[in-house]
Amino acid sequence: MNAIYILWLRQLKRYFRSRSRLLGSLGQPVLFLVALGFGFGPTFQKAGEGNYLQFLAPGVIVMSVLFSAVFFGIEVIWDRQFGFLKETRVAPVSRLAIMIGRTLGGATVATFQGVAVLVISYFLGFRPQNVLFLPLTFLFMFLIALLFTGLGTAIASVLEDMHGFQLIMNFLVMPLFFLSGALYPLDGLPKTLKTVVLINPLSYGIDGVRWSLLGYSRFNFSFDLSVLVVLTFILLTVGSYLFSKIQL
Amino acid sequence: MPREIIQVKNLVKKFADFTAVDNISFSVKEGEIFAFLGPNGAGKTTTIKILTTLLKPTSGDIRVNNQDVVTEKNQVRHSFGIVFQDPSSDDELTAYENMQFHAVLYGLPKELWKEKIEKLLKFVELWERKDNFVKTFSGGMRRRLEIARGLLHEPKIFFLDEPTLGLDPQTRSHIWNYIVNLNQKRGLTVFFTTHYMDEAERIAQKIAIIDHGKIVAQGTVLELMKQTQKKSLEEAFIYLTGTLPAKRMPMASTG
Repeated sequence: MNAIYILWLRQLKRYFRSRSRLLGSLGQPVLFLVALGFGFGPTFQKAGEGNYLQFLAPGVIVMSVLFSAVFFGIEVIWDRQFGFLKETRVAPVSRLAIMIGRTLGGATVATFQGVAVLVISYFLGFRPQNVLFLPLTFLFMFLIALLFTGLGTAIASVLEDMHGFQLIMNFLVMPLFFLSGALYPLDGLPKTLKTVVLINPLSYGIDGVRWSLLGYSRFNFSFDLSVLVVLTFILLTVGSYLFSKIQL
Repeated sequence: MPREIIQVKNLVKKFADFTAVDNISFSVKEGEIFAFLGPNGAGKTTTIKILTTLLKPTSGDIRVNNQDVVTEKNQVRHSFGIVFQDPSSDDELTAYENMQFHAVLYGLPKELWKEKIEKLLKFVELWERKDNFVKTFSGGMRRRLEIARGLLHEPKIFFLDEPTLGLDPQTRSHIWNYIVNLNQKRGLTVFFTTHYMDEAERIAQKIAIIDHGKIVAQGTVLELMKQTQKKSLEEAFIYLTGTLPAKRMPMASTG
């Protein structure tokens, strides 16, 4: 228990101490909100779909959670390269506890990142429908964060170094984001694209967040929740297994 | 008669086709300073990683503090401290935080570790720098911090993998002073690897020479010189690990 706490605390300390990382990670979501939100806004409005920023903001919030969660998972590679992983691995603590502590830490920080983007989008004009639903927003964000920190850890456990990072960003993380319901409504999409979006677990995370913020959803929020919970569980199990197999 | 705190019987470690450690056996007595001497790539680090549960042996019976390193990992992990060849502290944390992290990870109660961290950081002369980030530390300071950290949970055995590699002579002698001091005062068992002859000769009570994954000779410095009929450890070492296989082969059986 204490081991999980200290590993969690370490992730938080590292994150909040690195101001450049903090600011840097907010740059992209702001760009997306401003450029896409205001850029496509008029067209979206003309098509009769309403306010685009309202639609887009939940997607961008989830994007920042996704990116940072995967990143914090993959950070295992750094710890491995810079030697710190060895310190945790000779300790009399179960590999599962190490994995849980790290993942919770990464997920907490990723969720915080999402909250920061939510605040920024408020200043850009985004309005949640009912603030009483915000705890549910945080819950969805945290689940998404757990899911993708687990995925990042699983991937990092089988990679030797950071060379594969670009590959993961371009062939996994970016497609996850662009082929989800983050940027566009699902209705009227070409059939193949729609199928891909429906297979993408992130679509359900976004749907859940959108539901908690705006009150409408494409799927059912309890379905969204179940998909996330089940997948998170599976990925954390796989991640723990692969993590425990790392040989240094 | 002190008990054997490290017992290694017929240890083999293979990576795919490559045999890094080839059927070695040795033992270390409690309270002894034991040196593992060998050229780069001889299998020293691999052996340490197996003894400290980081790597799984391909075969062999390996016991540390009377526990099996494969089936009783957790008990083994409680019994030793280690300083790795490469830095293993967190750069983004302070020296104190690194110590604290270690204490909590090893389940030490708070009343105990507060006092111990202060004592150990003073011992390695880093108490004044306790609130500085490790990234601002020199190589020697990091190594000292890791020595303090490795001792925090009061291990019975202290593993040091090339503890003085890349350090200047003053820092090297400084670090050995700490370690010999601990060995004499507390009876700490020390297992270290090196390829500096002088360190092994000066510090170690017993030496095993490893080359190409095999122990080619072991004993005290005097015994090694006698076995090889050489006048110094260095000559003995060169003789034993020389490139002519004809020289090495007959010695392999003594391991």
